[in-house]
Amino acid sequence: MTDQTQNAPRFGGMNTAAVAPWVIAAAFLLVMPFIFTSNSAITIMNQMSITIIFALSYNMLLGQGGMLSFGHAVYMGVGGFFCVHIMNMVEDGGLPLPLPLLPLFGGLFGLGLATIVGAFSTRKAGTVFAMISLGVGELIAACSVIVVAFFGGEEGVSGDRTYGLPVFGVEFLQQIEVYYLIAFWLMLSALLMYLFSRTPVGRMANAVRDNPERAEFLGYSARWVRFYSFCAAGFFAGIAGGLFAINYEILTEENLNLTQSGAILLITFLGGIGFFFGPILGAIVFTLLQTVLSLQTELWQLYLGALFVATVMYFPGGLAGLLMMHAPALRSGRAGRLVLPYIKTLGPALIGVLALAGLIEMTFHLRHASLGDHHMTLFWVDLDSHSLVPWLVFAAIMAAGFAVMRRNLPELLSAWHSANATGDRS
Amino acid sequence: MTAMMQGGAVAALEMQGLRKSFGRTEIIRGIDLSIAKGERHAVIGPNGAGKSTLFNLITARFAPTAGRVALHGQDLAGMSPFQINRLGLSRSFQITNIFPKMTVFENVRCSLLWSMGYRYSFWHMVGNSRALTEGAEAILEQINLTARRDLPAGVLSYAEQRALEIGITIAGGADVIMLDEPTAGMSHSETDYIVDLIGKVTQDKTLVMVEHDMGVVFGLADRISVLVYGEIIATGRPDEVRGNPKVQEAYLGAALEAEH
Ligand SMILES: Nc1ncnc2c1ncn2[C@@H]1O[C@H](COP(=O)(O)OP(=O)(O)OP(=O)(O)O)[C@@H](O)[C@H]1O
Ligand SMILES: [Mg+2]
Repeated sequence: MTDQTQNAPRFGGMNTAAVAPWVIAAAFLLVMPFIFTSNSAITIMNQMSITIIFALSYNMLLGQGGMLSFGHAVYMGVGGFFCVHIMNMVEDGGLPLPLPLLPLFGGLFGLGLATIVGAFSTRKAGTVFAMISLGVGELIAACSVIVVAFFGGEEGVSGDRTYGLPVFGVEFLQQIEVYYLIAFWLMLSALLMYLFSRTPVGRMANAVRDNPERAEFLGYSARWVRFYSFCAAGFFAGIAGGLFAINYEILTEENLNLTQSGAILLITFLGGIGFFFGPILGAIVFTLLQTVLSLQTELWQLYLGALFVATVMYFPGGLAGLLMMHAPALRSGRAGRLVLPYIKTLGPALIGVLALAGLIEMTFHLRHASLGDHHMTLFWVDLDSHSLVPWLVFAAIMAAGFAVMRRNLPELLSAWHSANATGDRS
Repeated sequence: MTAMMQGGAVAALEMQGLRKSFGRTEIIRGIDLSIAKGERHAVIGPNGAGKSTLFNLITARFAPTAGRVALHGQDLAGMSPFQINRLGLSRSFQITNIFPKMTVFENVRCSLLWSMGYRYSFWHMVGNSRALTEGAEAILEQINLTARRDLPAGVLSYAEQRALEIGITIAGGADVIMLDEPTAGMSHSETDYIVDLIGKVTQDKTLVMVEHDMGVVFGLADRISVLVYGEIIATGRPDEVRGNPKVQEAYLGAALEAEH
């Protein structure tokens, strides 16, 4: 599933090694609702799946095509808005469209918009493309408060998925039914996006990303190659929009504004743009942070921002790049040497980071809690944010954690070198 | 008489009154040259004479200030590099111009796609085409990079990247091949190998190449043009050019001496 292993299946399509991840993923999606049965867990998983499709579609631009877009939410949003309107037409009895097909129409509307915008925005990559994407994003977000009939103004538009024709008796009243509908579209979209990257135009997207000039001397117009990727990305973003409409039954301006476009860039980059599965990781981690962490702290966006900055600065390959860094050691069977050094550095580092987060939380409490409210709970401990003791304790833990990490870091580095050393391979 | 009608056949490449200025300096100062189909033509000249610029004009990397270029009699004015490539002209670059993040195999396979008719297809799987895979592997074998197949092209040594540059250029099977200093920076044995390869793959094709190594030039070329200060001061068979006093004065004497 990576850029590097694309040559594994030589003839006759996908071999077992290429099919295995898909089968595992499908099985995983099937059993997840049996492991996490609560309604809120299913809600989180639905959101995750939609975000995965959206992030994968974004990476068709950024990772595979080298196009940095600041306005990709527009295609998901517009696809979603259209789907809510279609849902309402179904409800009004005019349209006999089964609900499971709705995302396809979201995709087609995303594709339609991408065809129009791509016609002028893909002429150049780089800054020009980025600026146009930003402008178009701003323009359509502005339209959403102007064209109230379509976008519903500030309240957005809402619909009801349950009024459609029942499909084999399923009326999509329950979250779990929606879950499987989304899971189906997730598998289908991810597979199609993966296969797209294996087609001539998908391969040339990488070539154009690397060196557009050389691609032109091989017979390909860099612009047309970008255009095709752009349209495909718009299509799959539209599918994500359609699923969003089904899942939430409402779309607002927030679904297509620049914040949303920024978020998908962040998610994709966090997961890693160099590997197909990178955006999937990014979407999973982001959704967990957004849903689980946001219940714990109001400051979750601060931590997310810090994580993003750290990724850009220290791990430009993202989570996927970080994982794939270990592939050589795993292949040579020497990854085991890394386990203990990792525990000895990352353990204390994690404790240090948590203690730092504790200090930040206390600062926030000190500044923002109502007057006289000195009581707060941090890591299941009740404490008084106005007394000196917890501050000293957290500061000491943080200092100790980072100090131990620093002391053990050389050991990790030498273990890394020994695990990745070539030459002495027997 | 123009070379249009040489031997009754249309010239593979024909330049008329070609000029190029960068700002106020004129780099190419009026070039008329006709290269026949199947000819192996070398362009030589001192550094900065404008050889690469001439290549860039022919392949539409730059637009000429004046004059025209025709490929098999077809005027190339206003065309893009990709359109010219589709007409059967392929070129290499003096400064290596490859896809550094893609594997060596991918580099070659991408250079085969258009010529094998895949165009902008999004309904074929490249991994499924036996012809494509075997074609790319054959090229890798020819340029001695089979062992490097799955490495990112960017990590290859300089000489290996030069070989890949040539591989990418010849992969599509264009019938006019233009090579800008293909052997620059290669060792003697590598040069011998590549020259041999160029000779083989350009059999029955038109070859235009810029080359500083006089041994290579006189061994490979049917005709030579000497470019000095943006003008061709002589064109002819190797022995004619070698004996031309103007050439010896301007360039070749010094270069031939340097060879020994
Ligand atoms: N894009 C450009 N803008 C401005 N000047 C240029 C440009 N390209 C080339 N030149 C100038 O044109 C002249 C000829 O350059 P060119 O690269 O064609 O020479 P060359 O004959 O290929 O030399 P070499 O043997 O060193 O490769 C040089 O003086 C160079 O500085
Ligand atoms: Mg040059």
